[in-house]
Amino acid sequence: MDKSLRAWLLLALLSSLLLPWHQQEAGLWAGEWLAAGWPGDRASAAAAWQVLGLGRLELLPLLLLPVVAALLGLARLPRPALGAILMALAAAALAWLGWLSWGLAPADQPGLGWGALLFSVCALFMLSTGAAWRGACRGDVFVCGVIALLLALVGLFVMFPVLRVLAGAFEQDGAFSLAALWSRSTDARIWSMACVAGGQRCGVAWNTLFLGVATAAGATLLGLAFALVVTRTGFRFKKVLRALTVLPIITPPFVIGLALILLFGRSGVVTAWISAWFDVAPGRGLYGFYGVWLAQLLSFTPIAFMVLIGVVEGVSPSVEEASQTLGGSRWTTFWRISLPLMRPGLANAFLVAFIESMADFGNPMVLGGNYGVLSTEIYFAIVGAQNDAGRAAGLGLILLSFAVAAFIAQRRWVGKKSYATVTGKADNGQHAGLDKRMSIALALLVSLWTAFTLVLYGMILAGGFVHQWGRDNSFTLRHYSDAFGISFGEQGLRWVGTAWDSLFTTLAIAGISAPLTAALGLLAAWLLVRQRFAGKAAFEFATMLSFAIPGTVIGISYILAFNAAPIELTGTGAILVLCFVFRNMPVGLRGGVAAMSQLDGSLDEASTMLGANSFTTARRVVLPLMRPALTSALVYSFVRSITSISAVIFLVSAKYNMATAYIVGLVENGQYGIAIAYASALIVVMLLCVLVAQKLVGQRRLRRVERVQGAAPQATATPSEFVLKKVQS
Amino acid sequence: MKADNSSAMTAGLASGALVFDQVSKQYGSVTAVDNVSFSIPKGDLVTLLGPSGCGKTSTLRLIAGLEHVSRGRILIGGQDVTRQSAIERNVSMVFQSYALFPHMTVQENVAYGLEVGGARKTEAKERAIEGLRLVGLADFGPRLPSELSGGQQQRVAVARALVLEPQVLLLDEPLSNLDTKLRRRVRDEIREIQQRLRLTAVYVTHDQEEALAVSDQIIVMNKQKVAQQGSPRDLFETPADEFVADFICDANLVAGELQGEACEIGGIRLQLPNPRNYRGAVRVAVRPDAMRLRPAAANDPLVGAVLHAAFLGTEMQYTLASPLGELFVRQAEVRRPLAVGSSVAIEFADHGLCVVGGQA
Repeated sequence: MDKSLRAWLLLALLSSLLLPWHQQEAGLWAGEWLAAGWPGDRASAAAAWQVLGLGRLELLPLLLLPVVAALLGLARLPRPALGAILMALAAAALAWLGWLSWGLAPADQPGLGWGALLFSVCALFMLSTGAAWRGACRGDVFVCGVIALLLALVGLFVMFPVLRVLAGAFEQDGAFSLAALWSRSTDARIWSMACVAGGQRCGVAWNTLFLGVATAAGATLLGLAFALVVTRTGFRFKKVLRALTVLPIITPPFVIGLALILLFGRSGVVTAWISAWFDVAPGRGLYGFYGVWLAQLLSFTPIAFMVLIGVVEGVSPSVEEASQTLGGSRWTTFWRISLPLMRPGLANAFLVAFIESMADFGNPMVLGGNYGVLSTEIYFAIVGAQNDAGRAAGLGLILLSFAVAAFIAQRRWVGKKSYATVTGKADNGQHAGLDKRMSIALALLVSLWTAFTLVLYGMILAGGFVHQWGRDNSFTLRHYSDAFGISFGEQGLRWVGTAWDSLFTTLAIAGISAPLTAALGLLAAWLLVRQRFAGKAAFEFATMLSFAIPGTVIGISYILAFNAAPIELTGTGAILVLCFVFRNMPVGLRGGVAAMSQLDGSLDEASTMLGANSFTTARRVVLPLMRPALTSALVYSFVRSITSISAVIFLVSAKYNMATAYIVGLVENGQYGIAIAYASALIVVMLLCVLVAQKLVGQRRLRRVERVQGAAPQATATPSEFVLKKVQS
Repeated sequence: MKADNSSAMTAGLASGALVFDQVSKQYGSVTAVDNVSFSIPKGDLVTLLGPSGCGKTSTLRLIAGLEHVSRGRILIGGQDVTRQSAIERNVSMVFQSYALFPHMTVQENVAYGLEVGGARKTEAKERAIEGLRLVGLADFGPRLPSELSGGQQQRVAVARALVLEPQVLLLDEPLSNLDTKLRRRVRDEIREIQQRLRLTAVYVTHDQEEALAVSDQIIVMNKQKVAQQGSPRDLFETPADEFVADFICDANLVAGELQGEACEIGGIRLQLPNPRNYRGAVRVAVRPDAMRLRPAAANDPLVGAVLHAAFLGTEMQYTLASPLGELFVRQAEVRRPLAVGSSVAIEFADHGLCVVGGQA
């Protein structure tokens, strides 16, 4: 019998004979199920016993799959025929399982456990093997398997939750109702225009849109100012500006909001100063639209800057030089030549900032006050007294439509390559410097903004050491000891601080998700860049969809989808891991696509010509050359997991609490001191991670150069320089 | 033309190392290879020659198994390999960009195919070193590809392909990335190795000088079809059609009139090879070296005027205006060149002309 088929059959047999079919309360690894009643007990029995011993005949068709497949495998049929039968059997088994779980859905059905999971995995791979034997993917079993796996994962953990939200918006008391959707979507709280007329609040949808546009416009302008200063002037502190771009990556989103409270809040430094000088009562002016807008500008300008710097550098210098030789002044050259050429990039930055603003949960949460936006409304709809899943779903649908519309607009109008960063390589000309007055104005603006940002971060770092901000500014380590205290008692080391629990959980969950994210992302990138298969465009769209969905929507979609059988994951660590993996997969995917696109396709072909199948080629040729991309993917997904809040806030539980959720809880309770101490600690840890990662990736380059004995070291060594590009003859 | 190819194929089926039997390849609505048939005897180096877009690289990739045919069959060593993938075929390829694995040393590169095929590490290593010795790079094993020159990288690529002892060796424009000076030497080295090992090889190029120099046979391709297959001499002396005449020998195409056994061109009657037996008004390929020029005298039947003259060291190149149209002429006489604007008499040599088109 074929080797791969034998392996899957053995695994299927193992899972149906030994592993519990249903989900175990304490988890598989706790081992309680072994003692409790296995193999006879219904709750923990394996599939085979469920059918044979407990009479659950509905599981019988599933067991037919490995049995019949084994018999056929031994019968030595020709591969195409065997493949067809295998496909039919596996598809039937999976369909039957799906029907049992979702279609019939008996009321008290316990969730599916490891036995069912492993069985489904085997069935899936038998399906893909059968398809490969029938000729799919040019008969390549490995590629077929990878495609099947990724399709199943993306389908189950990205598309299914989204569809569940869609369905949830229709739900009213357990049944589907179009009227329910209508009333939810057109609720006055969402769409009211009362604020335009005067006085009252507007609907949250309008608030969200307005905030999004305002943030996008501001961030784009500021980002453009930064980009211009860095590339077109003689500003002396360019390195500082570039270093700013790392800040949004290592900062949990609400930290800026916290810092603003420290400055402008009721007990804020500036508020106190103004109130003292101008004899005005300290107000709550910060809370509301202007506060959130300011916080978002500070958070997202670096992102716009990153997008725009590539665009600004990409304007060919020779075009600007031509304008100058034709008599155009610097201002004319900029206004009539350079700026129009940057338009697509400006649109791109605008849309990116818009999407980020829509997805932002932390800042509106902390500073929003009465200014509600969709992400916070969704949160309040689920958490607390309301607990209206239908309403949350309806709001989530609206937010999702906005985000996806903006995302599609970005793809269509601005760039086909959402994943590859377009870094313009300047040809040998020099960029036209900016008009003198403009240079000075921009440099001033940029310096003020940078100073402001640095002051905020300084506040954050300082805030942890202040007893009670605004009231008692004495230096204290109390907050840090409260959060991170350690005591050496009789039982040895004890983690006394309140923050340790969530910190360990966060590090553990992020540590588990990061390798999974990187692996999935790179696999998907390999599929997209190197393989051709039917439905590739749809697959690409689905993976990118997970990038467009705001974290809040992911959070509620996971709650709606995985709160009940057959897949019950809420309250577990697994749901957090899955959320991170699929939310961050685009990070690994994007890096993988960019790196793989730089690899010459003829390397793969050469390996194929030398007799290696695609698995060997991927393992021995592609993967070693992807190490820098792999390292980046690992680190950035790790960091992103730690700083994420908008999805996590829905998925935490008593047992699995995450650092960011814990901090937001502290803020809500008014415990600013310890919240800030914890946040600063997180930022420092993140910064260290990023620096170590950059060192690691950089070190690989150095090693390569050192091996060239005697030859002059190369200026920059990237993977692309070790690949000989095809020369156009 | 079709008759020739099928008889070649039938003969080839018995003894041919590589046979294409009415192979076509389509990408959607675009045809890359159009009903191509040929047969390559064992141990021959055959060149696929043609301009960009003629289908030669597509044909090579079909032989390699990197693409699958839309129609037709491919036989290697008498076996039908049409449905086999590249991994399964006993065919090796030297890529245009060499495609050496940058993260492996030279020796690891050459040993890769052997290891993947199941050889033990020590055996693979020994055979790899043997392969490197064959191309003259025995001491270069521990180096990285980035530390080698272009010519050395190319030789590593050749060694990597050779150690697998393939039935057919494919070379995709192997000299295009090398300096002109280096090309002749490397070209001769490749030919020498191929002849020594008696390998069947298929070579793709767009350079007709290269093709003429290394091949046992040349297959000229045009617009996804085979234009002519034959030895270099055959193609050069008797091109089958206008395209081949123009591509291989840079020939001038002039009008002629067949009267009986002789052909009349510009008032001059000549005996010309007419392999396809055209009749009546014909097109004749006149090679640039098949004309003699001297200053015009009173009774010369064919007279032209010199438009351009260029000195190329070993020869003069002239463009003439004549009753036959614009003519491109090469003359070995460099010490007494003809002046621009002067009138010259044109005489035809007894070789270098061929009837290439007309009514059948």
